[in-house]
Amino acid sequence: MSDIHWPVIVILLPLAGGVACFLWPRRSVLLGLLTALGVVACVAGLGWQVVEQGAQRYAVGGWGAPLGIDLYADGLSLLMLTVTAVVGLGISVYSSGYFERARYGQDRARHFWPVWMFLWTALNALFLSADIFNLYVTLELLGLAAVVLVALAGGADAVSGAMRYLLVSLLGSLFYLLGVALLYHSFGSVDIAILAERVEPSPAVWAAMGLMIAGLLLKTALFPLHFWLPSAHASAPAPVSALLSALVVKASFYILLRLWLEIFPFANAALAQLLGLLGAAAVFWGGFQALRQTRLKMLIAYSTVAQLGYLFLAFPLASITGWTGALYMLLSHAAAKTAMFMAAGNTLYFGGHDRIADLDRAVQRMPLTMTAFALAGISIMGLPPSGGFIAKWLLLEAAIRSGQWWWGGVLILGGLLSAAWVFKVVGYAFTRSEAPHEARAVPATMEWTALLMAVLAILLGLFAPWLLALLEIGSPFNRENAG
Amino acid sequence: MSPAFLYALVGVGLFTLGLYALIVHAHLLRKILAINVMASGVFLVLVALAARTQGAAPDPVPHAMVITGIVVAVSATALALALMLRVRAETGRAELAEEPLE
Amino acid sequence: MTERGKKQLPFRLLLVALLFVLTAGLGYAVLTLPSQAPGLSNPVVANLEASGVSNPVTAVLLNFRAYDTLLELGVLLLALFGVWSLAAVPECRESPPGPVLDGLSRLLVPWLILVAGYLLWAGAHAPGGAFQAGSVLAAAGVLLLLTGWRLDTRFSGLPLRMSLVAGLGVFVVVAVVLILMGGRLLEYPPSFAGALILLIEAAATLSIGMTLAALFLGARPEAGP
Repeated sequence: MSDIHWPVIVILLPLAGGVACFLWPRRSVLLGLLTALGVVACVAGLGWQVVEQGAQRYAVGGWGAPLGIDLYADGLSLLMLTVTAVVGLGISVYSSGYFERARYGQDRARHFWPVWMFLWTALNALFLSADIFNLYVTLELLGLAAVVLVALAGGADAVSGAMRYLLVSLLGSLFYLLGVALLYHSFGSVDIAILAERVEPSPAVWAAMGLMIAGLLLKTALFPLHFWLPSAHASAPAPVSALLSALVVKASFYILLRLWLEIFPFANAALAQLLGLLGAAAVFWGGFQALRQTRLKMLIAYSTVAQLGYLFLAFPLASITGWTGALYMLLSHAAAKTAMFMAAGNTLYFGGHDRIADLDRAVQRMPLTMTAFALAGISIMGLPPSGGFIAKWLLLEAAIRSGQWWWGGVLILGGLLSAAWVFKVVGYAFTRSEAPHEARAVPATMEWTALLMAVLAILLGLFAPWLLALLEIGSPFNRENAG
Repeated sequence: MSPAFLYALVGVGLFTLGLYALIVHAHLLRKILAINVMASGVFLVLVALAARTQGAAPDPVPHAMVITGIVVAVSATALALALMLRVRAETGRAELAEEPLE
Repeated sequence: MTERGKKQLPFRLLLVALLFVLTAGLGYAVLTLPSQAPGLSNPVVANLEASGVSNPVTAVLLNFRAYDTLLELGVLLLALFGVWSLAAVPECRESPPGPVLDGLSRLLVPWLILVAGYLLWAGAHAPGGAFQAGSVLAAAGVLLLLTGWRLDTRFSGLPLRMSLVAGLGVFVVVAVVLILMGGRLLEYPPSFAGALILLIEAAATLSIGMTLAALFLGARPEAGP
């Protein structure tokens, strides 16, 4: 069991599943669901291996860095893979209901599964890669898959949103790739660990840092580079919106975090403060815009802009508590936002629209869905005992310990803004609408997966000690703390 | 200094030239071409600097990276062109609407 | 339009200034790079013997960094999934080819296939390889598509899809078999390396050629099971 190549299986399985879905489109739902289950099992296997034996380094082809490509799995990678596996399984189950019987019909389902499996491959490969050029390839695989899935919704909004998303994604990748070129030609390697040893400040390294951070911020949609996100995330099919907000934007944040900690530890405090300020601006701007929206999915998309802002508050805090707080925010947001977009998808499916003012007693008509929305809202607001609460608590603690209490103010005000829009939506869900409409029954799988994801977002608050212990494997943050 | 650096500087020039065109032009075909010019610039930087050690054979690793990059660029361009046709079919114009900057 | 242009003038000047600063900064960064740097040439040359091919670029692409190439074949296939999901109806105007195009394609297509085969073979020891060969094969396909040739509907289902995924499929199968034999991911035994690389490249050439031609067509072929 211990010598099974789990990191490789975790990457090759969804890839093979995607190819199988493409070859036998009529069986794609079954093949996709089976693959999803298999991937979850294999991530569990990898998790067992990492917990038992510590961080794993795997030399592809037996060459080893710098000549070959290395895969690397530590606690941080494992956490990201686990979030992806859990959310991915939820999205797969939800999609089997959504695409089968929704207005999308068989044809869209056939196109959805292979691309979704490739997207999953890209995520797993990205979280396991220890090579900055290999990361570029996974970023492109991820970006193209995400764009295709957005465009699957059809219609002017979705294809325009997808087009803008594609251009932004390619632009971000090119900035990143030019940075990779400068680093390779400076130090003769693209392996993160080797670069971390050899790197020393020089004009080329500063340029590479600027290019790579700019490219990744664009892909992560940090304010003011968020302009592409709301239209792409809101116009996509509901399960796709969920996986974009929950997973795809987090992937570029993960790369940014790795580079920041390993290759650019000498980055100055001013840049960290700037990232923190942009994060704070994102929290306020995203929260304020969310409050103004009249469409549910657009509202949730703007809330993603706000929630991404919290992740960047950890940069000026620069402590282990701060980083774990940001990562806890990342995973509780992934669960909560998946639940929210699923709930929005259910109301859209049910009533054919997502106008907030016309939710028309949704609580009575879809109690499970509205419970899911409210529970996810609790985590987004950061109320105990949810995962969002733990995340904000850790960030607050880090802020006070580092003597920068004002970042704590951002957390509290951001929570109040979230509370305002959550109560607005829930309020409309209780009232009778002016314009009652025809309703269509929502498949039970769609309602239950939404609820389960929301319950998970709450339960994350109770599992905190166990998950935080995971992050110590391979201790990705210790170097930062010492430096 | 070897002539390789001259080519690398041209690559940097192509990169920013493409960036200018990407921002300024509204037509999607021009934006897609601009992205391709930027990509060529990056590839040129990668390949040119691989040959900067005089009297030695060029470093093969950046060459392989560029081949990988070209295939990625071709794939992305094909998808972008297909999307552009869809945007035109849905909205009647091969341009994106002005950004709603509220 | 001119009104808009006038309004945009200050913006454009600012943009040009910013990009000028960016170019200067990046140019300076490039010029300060060490003027002599072997990069990874030495380890590549040292391990060339064990890689199974004598062309260093092919050795990097299909052995030392073969994992990148595997994922990149995935990117190419993904682009095809995307294009097929976007356009179900071919938008081409069907017009009969002129005598020049018709004659030229009859003359050129066999040669292009032959050149593709040569490039595939030459890749082991000289510039060439699966991507170059695949591109030439795709050119032959594009030429055929321009003359109005279309794949017979008998083959446009599973057989077509099989040939599109052949490159990635063979790559993955080879990887899995090698792991089952006790190696690591894409760790070729040196004595078989040359043959395995040729096998992967042959399948990749077919798939790359087919995929690029299919991307050119821009729509899913009609019918097929």
